[in-house]
Formats: sequence, C-alpha cells, structure tokens
Amino acid sequence: MSLQDSFLQIQDVRSWFPLRKTLFSNKQTQYVKAVDGVSLSLVKGEVLGLVGESGCGKTTLSRAIMQLIRPTSGKILLEGKDLTLLPEKELRAMRPNFQMIFQDPFASLNPRLTVFDTLSEAIRVRHKLRGDKLKDAVGQLMIKVGLSASQMNKYPHEFSGGQRQRIAIARALAPEPKLIIADEPVSALDVSIQSQVLNLLKDLIQSMGLTMIFISHDLSVVKYMADRIAVMYLGKIVELGDATEVITNPVHAYTQALISAIPTLDPKSERNRNRIVLQGDPPSPINPPKGCSFALRSWIPHSPKDAEIDGVFMEIKTGHFVEVHPATVENHRRYLPDSKFETQ
Amino acid sequence: MSLLQVENLATHFDTRQGTVRAVDGVSLSLKKGETLGIVGESGSGKSVTCYSLLRLIPEPPGKIVSGKAIFDGEDLLRMTKRDLNRVRARKISMIFQDPMTSLNPYMRIGAQLIEPLLIHKMCDKKQARERALEMMHAVGIPDSIKRYSMYPHEFSGGMRQRIMIAMALITKPELLIADEPTTALDVTVQAQILELIRKMQNELGMAVILITHDLGVISGFCDRVSVMYSGTVVESGTADDIFYRAHHAYTRGLKKSIPSTQEKGSKLYTIPGAPPQPIGPKPACAFAPRSDLNFSEEEARMEAKFLEVQPGHWVEVHPASVENYKEYLK
Ligand SMILES: Nc1ncnc2c1ncn2[C@@H]1O[C@H](COP(=O)(O)OP(=O)(O)OP(=O)(O)O)[C@@H](O)[C@H]1O
Ligand SMILES: Nc1ncnc2c1ncn2[C@@H]1O[C@H](COP(=O)(O)OP(=O)(O)OP(=O)(O)O)[C@@H](O)[C@H]1O
Ligand code: SF4
Ligand code: SF4
Ligand SMILES: [Mg+2]
Ligand SMILES: [Mg+2]
Repeated sequence: MSLQDSFLQIQDVRSWFPLRKTLFSNKQTQYVKAVDGVSLSLVKGEVLGLVGESGCGKTTLSRAIMQLIRPTSGKILLEGKDLTLLPEKELRAMRPNFQMIFQDPFASLNPRLTVFDTLSEAIRVRHKLRGDKLKDAVGQLMIKVGLSASQMNKYPHEFSGGQRQRIAIARALAPEPKLIIADEPVSALDVSIQSQVLNLLKDLIQSMGLTMIFISHDLSVVKYMADRIAVMYLGKIVELGDATEVITNPVHAYTQALISAIPTLDPKSERNRNRIVLQGDPPSPINPPKGCSFALRSWIPHSPKDAEIDGVFMEIKTGHFVEVHPATVENHRRYLPDSKFETQ
Repeated sequence: MSLLQVENLATHFDTRQGTVRAVDGVSLSLKKGETLGIVGESGSGKSVTCYSLLRLIPEPPGKIVSGKAIFDGEDLLRMTKRDLNRVRARKISMIFQDPMTSLNPYMRIGAQLIEPLLIHKMCDKKQARERALEMMHAVGIPDSIKRYSMYPHEFSGGMRQRIMIAMALITKPELLIADEPTTALDVTVQAQILELIRKMQNELGMAVILITHDLGVISGFCDRVSVMYSGTVVESGTADDIFYRAHHAYTRGLKKSIPSTQEKGSKLYTIPGAPPQPIGPKPACAFAPRSDLNFSEEEARMEAKFLEVQPGHWVEVHPASVENYKEYLK
C-alpha cells in the first residue's frame, strides 16, 4: 500500500504523560508511556478493530489521533494532511470530518442539553434545516440508533446507560464524518440493540465510505465488524492482520491468551474449560520491562537471553505481522488455541 | 432461607411525557453465597431496580410505588435512613454502571478507596492503606503505590472500573450488587476479576447480583438468571434453563442476536420492532407486538402470568399461549 492510498496514516506516535514529582524525589521526571511508538495505516472505507489489555493505551491513541491531546511525537496524516501541525482554528474547521464515540458516554454528554440540543446543531449546520424539518431529521437519526423520537426533549440523566450510549453514537454520526473512532461503542447495549447499531454502522461504512477504528473488548463483535485487527499491548501494536486470520491463527502470546479467554455461550462447557490465565502482574507503562514486554507473563518456552532482546515486528505471512523474537516464533505457533488448549 | 427477597417492586418516574413505569412488579430472591444474573433489554429497569433496593432513586421525579425488599429479615424499603446507611456501609456494596461519574474527580484514588473503611471505623489509616494497596493489586492495577496518589482522569476506563470494584469489595460485604462491572475490561482481566469475586464468595459467603449484557459471563458465572423486559422479569431460572430451555420469545430473540453465532458479512439478526416506551397503561404482554409466536388478538389482551413451567423455571406468559411455547421445546 503506498502513502497516497492511505486515508489515515499514523506514524510512530508517542503519547507520554509526565508523573507529578513527589516532594522528596530528585530524580528525573518519569513518564507514563501510554502510547509508545504506534504506526498504522488505514485505507478509505476500512474498519480497523483495535483490541488490547485494559490500560494498554487504546483510548489515549484515539485521543491523540483526534487531536484531543497533542501527541508527544509522531505524525497523523488524514488524507495527506498532518493534523499534528494544524493550528487550533483550522483543526476546528476540520472536526466535523472526524468524530469520536467516547468510552464513557455519560461523562461526555452535557447534562444541561436535551437530546435535541445535542444532535440538532451539526444537522442544522450541515443541511441548513430549521423548525419542523430539523426536528424530523433529529427524530430520524434517533430512530436509526434505536431510540424513539418522542424522547427528544429529555435530558441525559433521564436515560438508562445503554440509551445514553446511543445518544453518544447519534451525536458522532450527526455531522456525517468521514472518520469515526468508536471506543467501546456497544458495550452497554443488550445484544439485540447492539446488533441493530452494528448493522447501522456497517451500512454507513458501505454507503458513505466511512473509515473507522473500532475499539472493543468483545472479540466476536470485532471479528464481525473489522477488516483487520490490531492488538495493542503496553503502548505498542504487537499483532496486526486480517481479522479472521488473527482470530483463528493468533501468534503473539497475548493474543492467544485473549482468544482463549472469550467466554462461550454454553454453561456446561464454561464450567469446566481451560483458559490461559495470565501469570504475573500486568507490566508498568512507567517502567516498561526491557526486551520482550510479554516475556514475564508468557508460558511459551524461551531462554532468559531471549527475553532480554527486543522482539521484532515481522511479517510472518502476507499481511500478518507479529512482534516476536525470530528465535521463538516457532514456539509461538505451536500454541494455537483450540479446544485442547494447554493452560500452562 | 434467602438473604434477599424482593417482592413486587415497582418504581415510577413522573415526566412531562407521563408516568414512566421503569420498574413494574419485579420479584427476585437470592441465597447466601449465590450469584443471580440479570440480563435484559437496555432500558428495561435493571439499574433502577438496584437503585430502588438502596433507595437511591431521585425523589421526585422517581417514586417507589410498591414492593418489599427483605434483607436479613428487615425491609430495606421501610427502614429508617439511619439503619439503611448502616446496612449499606457494612453489608451491601454496589458497583455503579458509570465509573467516571461515581468517582470523585478531585480526590486521589487512594483516599477514595480507604474512605468507606475510615468512615465506619473498620480500621486505622495505616491498615486501610495496606488493604487498599492489596485490593489494587488483586484487581490487577500495576504500580499500585504510585497510582494510589493519582486522580481518576489519569486512569484508563477499565482501571477506573476496577477501582470501583476494589472499593466495593474492600468492606467485605454480604451482598454485592454489580451493575455492568466488567464492560470496560478485556476478557483476560474480566476472567481475573470474576475469579476474585468468586473467591470472596467462597471465603465469605458473599451473595452477588450481577447485571450484564454479556451472555458469556452469565453462562459461566451465574447460578440463576432473571431476564427483564420493559420493567418486569419475563423469565427466570438456572443458567441451564435460560441457555438450553428458554421459553419466552424475548429470551430466545436475545440469544438469536448474539454476533458470534452469526456469519461474518451477513446482516445481524435483531428482534423486530422497537423497544416499548413504558408510559401509559400496562399492556397485557409488553412483548406481544414483537413476538414471533402465534397468538390470537384475544390472547394478546389477556393478562400474562408468571408461571412455573418446570421446578424453579418461571416464565411470564398468557395461560393461553403456554401451548405455543411448548413447540419450541426440544
Ligand atoms: N430520572 C429518570 N427520569 C425519567 N426516566 C428515567 C429516569 N431514570 C431512568 N428512567 C427510565 O427508566 C427506564 C429504566 O432505566 P434503567 O436505567 O433501569 O435501565 P437499564 O435496564 O439499567 O438499561 P441499560 O441496560 O441501558 O443500563 C428507562 O426507560 C429510563 O429511560
Ligand atoms: N491524563 C493522564 N495522565 C496520566 N496517565 C494517563 C492519562 N491518561 C491515561 N493515562 C495512562 O495511560 C495508560 C493508557 O490508558 P488508556 O486510557 O489509553 O488505556 P485503554 O487501552 O483505553 O484502557 P481501557 O481498555 O481500560 O479503557 C494507563 O496506564 C493510564 O493510566
Ligand atoms: S517466547 Fe520470546 S517473543 Fe514470545 S513471549 Fe517469550 S520472550 Fe517474548
Ligand atoms: S405468545 Fe403471548 S405471552 Fe408470549 S410474547 Fe406473545 S403475546 Fe406475549
Ligand atoms: Mg479506554
Ligand atoms: Mg443500567
């Protein structure tokens, strides 16, 4: 894929947060290295699923792409334009083109605005509608996300958790953006409404050429929505490839653990199943371990020397990339999760 | 004997559009050490049910219009506020659905964690800090000492959720009410948290009410399950009853909508029709307009009853349509 083809190009992005110094420390400033060198590129109309351990930097990466925080370093090119270099004013003019659905919908909705107030502004600006026509358009949008148009004049606190999440989705759709980053957009919805929202997003991707980064902990949802999946671990992308390929042939040890832990829908097999239980503590983004970041929690045999060298992000099959030591890649492959998965 | 017995709970909200029957006759029961899962339509009254048990409903516009909630022999809905606070502090913990809005943004995480221990003088400050660090570790938060003095906005969504869990468990309650406690957690951390809760159940006999949309969690973690639709429980039974022998048209529609059972690229199944607005007079069966079963108009006007179709397995159904359901059973 050449540079020209890519709609969104993320180049070596870092996002570090300085730690407050305690009174007595005379050490250098320490950082939470939330995102530490991520490169990705999306073509127009593509859906990239982003998964990873809680706290690995997914939301921070999204906020950096959206320029809600300016990244510490790296470039973000949207249709060739580097967003990190744009002044605030130009950025504001471009914002309708890229929207984010936030992970915490209640905290991101203004408690003093009714649903109509929240949704109407973007539609009014875009379609120059007023009065009843504007009301109709807002009502249509509400119905699309599974709300009822009669709830237009209510305030956020009058809705249930899942209803609020749908208001947040409608708000992101209202300006008809080209790029959406959806951070856990359906986690608070029952599966029927979840399916309705996923169908809607799929339709929009097809009919409007919408490009999307879709963050979710539910791998079955990601598998359904995404063309490719990127697996993030401790601020870095550790595995990337075609969605079905990554789920059926995961190679990184973290991806394997993740896939083995997907709950099944069968109470009997769920009661006596083998899932990989990760050993050890989650690593610290303040003092990331040297070498392979997963070595301490990995059950895959490796020599202590292996653990100390950095993994290499290598293409093990066309389009399927994994961060792993060349020396241990065969060990990894042998541990593909299946029903006979070994736990240790 | 049950630890908690909820009977015919109803909570309504007065709004400009009319009275919202958010919870409309819910009954639940829970034994010591048991886990009850609640699933159901978004907006069906799961959170309001739990808020009502602890009388956290804003009044007005809300009002608990009927019901009993007997916990350890006392009615939570009728005891004095003082007694209720005592019970809430020592015996019942709740994890709220919105972690960000239930944490204080201006207070360090550590101070929030030890607050319940200090207010109720369960231990001194030094011991409280030890316990808090222990709990942070148990819920899988790295760098716990540094993070103890950080603020909520410096945590990821899932870390905030885990802090809420740690805060609820730190007092070793007899009953834990957890409203979507693991939505922001990846499956490996989720498994770790559920393991921690289960361990506390085994050690302390803690009972758990777990609200979740994740049917995988329900299937693996819950002893019994209640399915809610439009303010009422429409089906209740063991996890096996719900997964292998579901009766109610809503329960079956829900199971049919799960993406993992459907082919990639195809349109996902959704239950036809729109969720009901619980305003106005109560219909005989709220699910009738969306039901895929055959029933006559006359049947749809009959009042549905909560029938025990098999020992311990209850379904809300019109006596006339029980026969319709039978053909769905294998
Ligand atoms: N303060 C309020 N004023 C008016 N209506 C309310 C209020 N709080 C809740 N409701 C309504 O009560 C109903 C039940 O809400 P509840 O929050 O219990 O749903 P839920 O089952 O928890 O849904 P979710 O899965 O989406 O969290 C909803 O229709 C909601 O709109
Ligand atoms: N404003 C901030 N100041 C300091 N640290 C922060 C800040 N925001 C995030 N972090 C840290 O950055 C890391 C990544 O957080 P982020 O919210 O991006 O994770 P995430 O992958 O979205 O996790 P989750 O799945 O739990 O939502 C965490 O260690 C978090 O504590
Ligand atoms: S085998 Fe090598 S690459 Fe794999 S987890 Fe262990 S140290 Fe890392
Ligand atoms: S068959 Fe009767 S009880 Fe069952 S969903 Fe339809 S109307 Fe309701
Ligand atoms: Mg996040
Ligand atoms: Mg709720």
